[in-house]
Amino acid sequence: MLDKNGIAKRIAKEVKDGMFVNLGIGIPTLVANYIPEGVNVVLQSENGILGMGPFPFEGEESADLINAGKQTITLLKGSSIFDSAMSFGMIRSQKVNLTILGAMEVSENGDIANWKIPGKMVKGMGGAMDLVASAKNIIVAMQQVNKAGQSKFLAKCDLPLTGVRCVKKVVTELGVYEIAAQGGFKLLERAPGISIDEIKNATAGKLIIDGEIPEMQV
Amino acid sequence: MINRVVKNVEEALKDIKDGNTLMVGGFGLCGIPENCIAELVKKGVKNLTCISNNAGVDNFGLGLLLQTKQIKKMIASYVGENDEFERQMLSGELEVELVPQGTLATRCMAAGYGMPVIFTPAGVGTEVAIGKETRKFTFNGEEKEYLMEKAFEADFAIVKAWKGDTAGNLVFNSTARNFNPLMAMAGRITIAEVEELVPAGELDPDHIHTPGIYVHRIFQGQKYEKRIEQRTVRKK
Repeated sequence: MLDKNGIAKRIAKEVKDGMFVNLGIGIPTLVANYIPEGVNVVLQSENGILGMGPFPFEGEESADLINAGKQTITLLKGSSIFDSAMSFGMIRSQKVNLTILGAMEVSENGDIANWKIPGKMVKGMGGAMDLVASAKNIIVAMQQVNKAGQSKFLAKCDLPLTGVRCVKKVVTELGVYEIAAQGGFKLLERAPGISIDEIKNATAGKLIIDGEIPEMQV
Repeated sequence: MINRVVKNVEEALKDIKDGNTLMVGGFGLCGIPENCIAELVKKGVKNLTCISNNAGVDNFGLGLLLQTKQIKKMIASYVGENDEFERQMLSGELEVELVPQGTLATRCMAAGYGMPVIFTPAGVGTEVAIGKETRKFTFNGEEKEYLMEKAFEADFAIVKAWKGDTAGNLVFNSTARNFNPLMAMAGRITIAEVEELVPAGELDPDHIHTPGIYVHRIFQGQKYEKRIEQRTVRKK
């Protein structure tokens, strides 16, 4: 079973040279740590940055320079700063090539829910609805099973939706999946040591297993 | 040159009344108009509608106006850092309209550009779309459904800039830009507080982010705290 860093490491392999990438809060943020040497990407932060760098050295942080998670950060050479409308302009017009974000639930037709638990948690959608509605390439990083042992891979999401039919790929602690065009979680890779039965038990929606499924290399 | 300078924050906010709609710049606690928020608390104006990406934290930013229950309605995209906000919302004391962040920015932009509506794919098929008109457009070779969203209308926009000149031209610093230039363009009356106010002519016209035509009142702010929400650092 993969831990958070394992999921991030596997997703990092989906990041290709020359991409502009938006990373959501949580596991997606960790992906930046595993992008292979020689793969040049530009990280976008939706509060208005292209070319986001690592955290600053102690004492060099600035209240005026934060990322979308409100963390102090640095800028890399060649970076740029812009207002929030332009930031979502480059997302909507699909100049940003890849969006990686977290989810509370995903459905077999690619719907995603990640912003609200009615009556309980209401934090708001932030930029997630804009990102999922526009991005061509969306990878979700999530836990497939909640703390109570219930699957978060559903036939239909129970929670309020963030976007419909938008997720392309999902990486969880148990495997890598593609959302099939006709609907269904198509298993592409198993996490190290995970059996098909474990994956079946952790999937409430339609699971598609086509032939021999390789174990992932991380 | 038209002079946009007002003496101080009291004069800048003198005609803000109960029930007004205010746009408030900033992302998180980054680039928020600290002086104006403090003055609004002091003035005690009530039943405000605030349009702002976030709602501050419990004891800073717009959180200060929530504590004093001066806000009747909040229009925001992300409010997760504020327990008092969540309490007032879940108990029904506070009216809340959650808006996708890009939609929020673009509804400000549309107001500043004089356009009554925008069409965006964000929120299609979700509860954000309830009661709103949708239309199908083919754009970039793809047919998709878009949601019609209205430009915001605000009595006042309150923004914070790094530098400004006496003509009202503004320059922002780093990611403290965020919503500020968009809201500056969108207010019926726009009030800008700046860290440094300089005479007209000192700022390079090529480097102005917000032209002074949009800024009706400008003043030099005092005692900026510039609180950091998440201090994340590396060891040397």
